[in-house]
Amino acid sequence: MSVRHVLTAFLAGALIVGTARPSLAQETKVLRVVPQSDLKILDPIWTTAFVTRNHGYAIYDTLFGVDAEGKVRPQMVDEYSSSTDHMKWSFTLREGLYFHDGKPVTSADVIQSLKRWGERDSLGQRLFAAMENIQAKTDATFEITLKQPFGLVLEALSKPASVPPFIMPRSVAETPSDQQISSYIGSGPFIFKTDEYRPGERVVYVKNPKYLPRREPASGTAGGKAVKVDRMEWVILTDAQTQTNAITNGEVDLIEWVPADQYTALKSNPKIDFANLVPKGSFALHLNHIVPPFDNPKVAQAALMAVNQEALMRAQMVHKELYNTNASIYPTGSTYNSDKTSFFTGKPQIEKAKELLKEAGYRNEPVVLLYPANFAVLNKFTPVMGALLKQVGFNVDMQSMDWPTLVSRRAMKNLPTQGGWNAFITGWNLPDNINPLFYAPITGNGEKGWFGWATDEQLENLKAKFLVADTQEERQALADSIQQRVYDAGILAPLGEYKQITAIRKDVVGGIVTSPVGVFWGITKN
Amino acid sequence: MLMFLGRRIIATIPVLLVVALIVFMMTRFAPGDPATAIVGDDASAANLHRVRSNLGLNDSLPIQFGRWGWQLLQGSLGESFFLKKQVSELIGQRIEPTLALTCLTLIMTIMIAVPLGIIAAWRHGGWLDRMLMGFSALGFSVPAFVIGYMLIWLFALRWQLFPVQGYSRISDGLGPWLSHLVLPATTLSIIYVALIARVTRAAVAEAMTEDYIRTARAKGISETRVLVRHALANAAIPIVTVIGIGVALLIGGVVVTESVFAIPGLGSLTVDAVLSRDFPLIQGITLFFSVVYVVVNLLVDISYLVLDPRIRY
Repeated sequence: MSVRHVLTAFLAGALIVGTARPSLAQETKVLRVVPQSDLKILDPIWTTAFVTRNHGYAIYDTLFGVDAEGKVRPQMVDEYSSSTDHMKWSFTLREGLYFHDGKPVTSADVIQSLKRWGERDSLGQRLFAAMENIQAKTDATFEITLKQPFGLVLEALSKPASVPPFIMPRSVAETPSDQQISSYIGSGPFIFKTDEYRPGERVVYVKNPKYLPRREPASGTAGGKAVKVDRMEWVILTDAQTQTNAITNGEVDLIEWVPADQYTALKSNPKIDFANLVPKGSFALHLNHIVPPFDNPKVAQAALMAVNQEALMRAQMVHKELYNTNASIYPTGSTYNSDKTSFFTGKPQIEKAKELLKEAGYRNEPVVLLYPANFAVLNKFTPVMGALLKQVGFNVDMQSMDWPTLVSRRAMKNLPTQGGWNAFITGWNLPDNINPLFYAPITGNGEKGWFGWATDEQLENLKAKFLVADTQEERQALADSIQQRVYDAGILAPLGEYKQITAIRKDVVGGIVTSPVGVFWGITKN
Repeated sequence: MLMFLGRRIIATIPVLLVVALIVFMMTRFAPGDPATAIVGDDASAANLHRVRSNLGLNDSLPIQFGRWGWQLLQGSLGESFFLKKQVSELIGQRIEPTLALTCLTLIMTIMIAVPLGIIAAWRHGGWLDRMLMGFSALGFSVPAFVIGYMLIWLFALRWQLFPVQGYSRISDGLGPWLSHLVLPATTLSIIYVALIARVTRAAVAEAMTEDYIRTARAKGISETRVLVRHALANAAIPIVTVIGIGVALLIGGVVVTESVFAIPGLGSLTVDAVLSRDFPLIQGITLFFSVVYVVVNLLVDISYLVLDPRIRY
């Protein structure tokens, strides 16, 4: 056979194969979703990864949910009541709750699940510390008795982040909380297909035919979780360009989180629509309080005064419609959002900051600013923040690294010259900061607290009062005081809010339920 | 021959030991801690300590290395920190796409590069030679991701002939399997065609100046037979050697190409493992690739016996 024959045969073969495009039509309705990242850990109690939490909401149910207005609504619970002093709570599960293996959900499953969650989640730990006991009265009824006031019982049981109290079968929930579960049976609207799970490739769920949705319409993580497709496949595509190409070609139906750099390309694409699966999130600058110079609150305040939210958000999000500024530590439009922000405005106060630095006796110590250069969601902020801090008079040392390195570096308590750090920027989802007790970084308990380890007794006292506050007015006043204290102690600076854009195929996908976290019930596919 | 094989296999043991030690030390001394990635934003010192302890990361390095070595001796590559699956199982899940992509690329490369190289050598110095060599230089210079995105734009988005991403297993049908592989394999082939065509051209051109070629022509043998039977046969050793080296290069190219086309193969598994600091997975994959490289080199050495009867081990 001549060379010409070989080449001709090859090209002809390629053409034949090329035209044999795989059929994307399926008999069953399959929703193909590109999740925000790969699902590597399947235990939503063991990790705080957003993608694992979304997986949790797909296959597990919760006792309570949070609706679109942020109100707590019963979910697995049918009726509940509390004593007049709110020290005793009684809950009755609704009828028709079954796990995927066909066994009914009982109080024993609920209690064991809450115990495991209570060992991992910070608010869960507080709830169990305030609890005298939790016991089953019948298969469908259980009681919580408190030994000290705890004003957030329902908020804790409906908590959508970081670790929601998902209900698992008792045998699964008996897994020690420092080990991952190995069985993935829930009572939620989707069933996880263990046999089709291929990390890095795809995650498959099918509709739970026995799931009995509540009668109310779906709203947030509450209401009727009615699944409108037969099967949901999470297609793992980490490259932003590949995601865009895939949805343009109709190979996937929904991209959970469109990176800002693909926004223009998708906006001008007539085949694509945008939706709000998750309403918004925020970014914040975090300072290290156990090493100089931010161990001095005045120096920390000067750093907060350097923040120019508009410049920072514009650099990162590019398009004005994808962000907004917000001087409050709580999300815009949420219950505790307030304009009582002490000196912090989110606008640069360069001269004032310079004076404060002088007054504080700043000695030109280097400020090590951690720069996650490979992390597209955050990497435009740091150079701008570095320039703003320099403008104020800080001696900025911006150190470039990948995100995993930053995550481990921020746990180092050494001096910056010995592998420690002074400042870094990270992002938060809406449910993370709707409540001061949910917001992990606002801690004043020193080295027991979140990275940055500020010691501030006043802040801790305010949080303790918030926990036992009886009325909403009291809570609002305390939330304001907490916010002001966060700024006065220079703990963190909010940088603004981002809109999380979800791309869907126009005229193909509908019924998106906007929720504090990514949920996939209610979605239709034509 | 058997003695040679035995000697070579024994010689791989210290090589693999050194690779194992180096990759173990690199994972431990590189910045990043898998425990912090696992516990996430709610990390407290106690949680971190507990997770590190569960993963065995609080033990001294010699103990950690000894534990891994003992697992290897028992035939286990360990368990992934994140995925909680055996590393060998994960490699097994991902090997098919990578193997398919590598084999198809090699077949396409050899089918295109060797004839191109022969033609270029035959028309040495002519316009065809210059054009082919110009194409080779271009193919070798343009990064794989650029070629990949261009092919996607043209063949998948504009003409909708092929899917833009993913992989279909061969068990799901030959058509979908090939249609998912044509673009990535073409992307990778363009680079290796450039490399192998140049080597083939040089080797065949050199052979064409030998006395036995002149003798063959004087005997009146056809030019095609002279080229294939006499020139190419004698130029085969450098070509096979560079194909062997090409397999090693291909492993690097596969990582980028799998990322561009979202192929769930060993390349993307490696990238994920490195980014999440999944130490057992990084160690297992690196060791696996080292074994593949050693085996390919061994096969190349054995092929010399077939290609050149004068060689004896």
